Amino acid sequence: MLKLEIFASALVNGLLTGAVYALIALGLTLVYGVLHIINFAHGAMLTLAMFAVFVCHAWLKIDPYIAIFFLTPLFFGLGYGVQRFIIGPASHGDDSNILLVTLGLSIIIENGLLMLFKSDTRSIDVPYGFSVIEIGALIVSVPKVIAFVVAFLVAGILGLLLLKTDTGKAIRAVAKERMGAQLSGISVDHIYGVTFGLGAACLAIAACLLMPTYLVSPRAGNAFVLVAFTIVVLGGMGSIGGALAGGLIIGVVESLSGLYFGESLGQIGIFIIFIAVLLFRPTGLFGAKA
Amino acid sequence: MSPLLDVVCVTKRFGGLLAVDNASLTVETGSITGLIGPNGAGKTTLFATISGFEAPTSGDIVFSGQMITALPTHVRAAMGIARTFQIVQPFAGLSVRENIAVGAHLRHRARADALARAEIVGDAVGLGPLLDKPASALTVAGRKRLELARALATEPKLLLLDEVLAGLNPSEIRDMIPVVQKIRADGVTILIVEHVMQAVMTLCDTVYVLAQGRMIAEGKPAEIARHPQVIEAYLGHGAAARLQARTVAETGSGIGASHA
Amino acid sequence: MNKLGMNTLGISRAPTDRTLPLIGIVVLALAVLPLGVTSNVVLNFLGFAMIIALAAQGWNILGGFGGQFSFGHAVFFGTGAYAMALLQVRFGLNPWLALPLAVLLGAVVGYVMGWLSFRAQLRGSYFALVTLAFAEVFRITANAWGFTGGAAGVLVPLKLDAANMQFADKRVAYWFALALVAVALVITHRLTQSRFGAQLVAIRENEDAARALGVDALATKLKAISLSGAMTAAAGCLYTQKFLYLDATIAYGPWISVEALLAPIIGGVGTVFGPLVGTFLLLGLGELTKTLFSHMFGGAWPGADLVVFGVLLIVCVAFAPRGVLGLLTSWRRSSP
Repeated sequence: MLKLEIFASALVNGLLTGAVYALIALGLTLVYGVLHIINFAHGAMLTLAMFAVFVCHAWLKIDPYIAIFFLTPLFFGLGYGVQRFIIGPASHGDDSNILLVTLGLSIIIENGLLMLFKSDTRSIDVPYGFSVIEIGALIVSVPKVIAFVVAFLVAGILGLLLLKTDTGKAIRAVAKERMGAQLSGISVDHIYGVTFGLGAACLAIAACLLMPTYLVSPRAGNAFVLVAFTIVVLGGMGSIGGALAGGLIIGVVESLSGLYFGESLGQIGIFIIFIAVLLFRPTGLFGAKA
Repeated sequence: MSPLLDVVCVTKRFGGLLAVDNASLTVETGSITGLIGPNGAGKTTLFATISGFEAPTSGDIVFSGQMITALPTHVRAAMGIARTFQIVQPFAGLSVRENIAVGAHLRHRARADALARAEIVGDAVGLGPLLDKPASALTVAGRKRLELARALATEPKLLLLDEVLAGLNPSEIRDMIPVVQKIRADGVTILIVEHVMQAVMTLCDTVYVLAQGRMIAEGKPAEIARHPQVIEAYLGHGAAARLQARTVAETGSGIGASHA
Repeated sequence: MNKLGMNTLGISRAPTDRTLPLIGIVVLALAVLPLGVTSNVVLNFLGFAMIIALAAQGWNILGGFGGQFSFGHAVFFGTGAYAMALLQVRFGLNPWLALPLAVLLGAVVGYVMGWLSFRAQLRGSYFALVTLAFAEVFRITANAWGFTGGAAGVLVPLKLDAANMQFADKRVAYWFALALVAVALVITHRLTQSRFGAQLVAIRENEDAARALGVDALATKLKAISLSGAMTAAAGCLYTQKFLYLDATIAYGPWISVEALLAPIIGGVGTVFGPLVGTFLLLGLGELTKTLFSHMFGGAWPGADLVVFGVLLIVCVAFAPRGVLGLLTSWRRSSP
């Protein structure tokens, strides 16, 4: 019976973590779906956001859940600027250049943080950090439940934004047919910036949700970035529903393989899924067959 | 004459779309055979199955008496099938000479031989003065010639030309036609997809007409130009009757006009 | 070093028969460099530069000439390094025997990885991603496996003896590394003069067109990734013999993947001398940054050099897509 309980708790925890993974992957998949680029700086930008949450809490005494409300627009602006004024102009529209520029950005962000904060691991101390809810024999952490709920809320809002607003329609138009969108008067550069900004905003929210229960160091993003890539590849590049489902799956896989193979080897399960999907089904589990 | 290429009942399906439907054609050794048809008729897809870029859903490709349906592109090239691309695909970062040398390397292992061969082929198609220019600096007409030169440099038995005249102005077309004729005179069999109808009429011995994936006619260029089904395919239902009524003399150019 | 740079670039685009003598001149210049030097700092710098240059030369074969950008060349570096260490420590092999085996293993790993990815038609970002993932799998495995020494790493016993490929004189170690770099230069030069090289570049420029011209794209790319893997594995071997210690983060960590990629891109991607020039530029600039920062603000500034590298990478992509060598040749052309 105990075995089953452990299993069930690992499953639930995996789902809860998976929702935040999904949120991280959401930003990545959105950028891919519209700009058709893989943003290698995604992990580094998440780390940056986590440090921003840390600074808000440690120096300005702002609760991470409050920080959501101003870090989100801040990161939206940051993402917009990075795409519009760095990635766009520097890459001359060439795919492998974009790859290299985002790699360069990730190197700069990661090591910039290393310079400022050294390689120490940091965490924040919030009163509810260890609060739990007991559902029968299941014990779940309150911040993780909050993260789960908010992540899905954000995904829903993002979906509505894309479906209902003019900007959302413009984003979808650019994703489908860049040239046509441009001809009908949409500023593609602006939409690229907005999309990148939305991706960064997702990261800011994810960082606020993660920090109450996670640690951050300048290299923390590395752990997330491959996980996020795996989710995006699994769910199908550019698919929002795929990112959500992929996030939950990966959360559970990580949690269960950690349970059975131990922490250090647990991650391998994710990468093997990643490589296998890339090799055998590069359009993702839910994507259309090429 | 014996057939060099036999396309036997080839069908190609992309999901629900039937691009080529049970099409057959024969290219006699030493001939210039034309393949015409309205836009979206499946000509380029049929070409892709011959050169090995697409596997046919069913049907067979026979080249020089050998079944090549399952062979990859590069093996077909080694057997003597070369193609050009409708949308030119130069190696943009290389010079014209280096571009052609990639083709020449198929039969010449040594770099020096391949480069020497590239120069000869380049001269033959009129790229002589441009050999050391970067391929990206060529005009549309120059790029079309480069496509031709690269394919020729592989020393093919069969040359598949996919709209080498499209996008050229009338005087460039006039310059290009003798180049193609010279290639045939040198012993290369040619299968040509073309929209420029005057060129088809001038160049081809036999013409096949593909419409909506199906082969609807085959014959001498002059016969094809009068073929009612062909005129319908190009100009729409009832066009043949109307044309007949008006007894238009130059049916050939009439067909071309709607697709120029 | 500056002088070396000037020598290299002028002739790098000259008629091909002049490249081989130029390789001779460059290697000779690099060989006499440490003759009057006794400073350990300089000798260490030179020795380390050779390791990075060799790894970068390997990357340049696949990425520079083949256009297949790997973000995980640590796979080959780490495999070479671990094979070199473990063949000695676990199997008691002499390093002179271990070296060719480790290099061969790098080629085999490259072939297998290439077979999996290229058969699945992975290109561009997808290929970059899958190489990154392979490197992570290798890193995590090496970190967890007892055979590789796990997280504690593996230590090669110190036995200073040329017969043991451990050189008491740091200059000899450097010359040995330089010899391998020279071999890689010659191999790269031969590549530019061969059918294989022409076909590889054709694939980089346009794979479909290359196939239509009879290029066996899969076989060519497999050959390239094997050669590339072998070269970068050789760099790993040099690392093991120089530092006599390895762990998973050193061997398979992202640092070496990044440096192997940065050096050719900054020096001149797809050129014979690009990786070498890029390595000296990168490492020189890195040292300069570190010194400058500690002078200006005191203390150590980890990461400062890498921030500069990142900026340099973006600046290079934006303004000098053919690297420093490309920049200087076009400058020479425009001002005769």
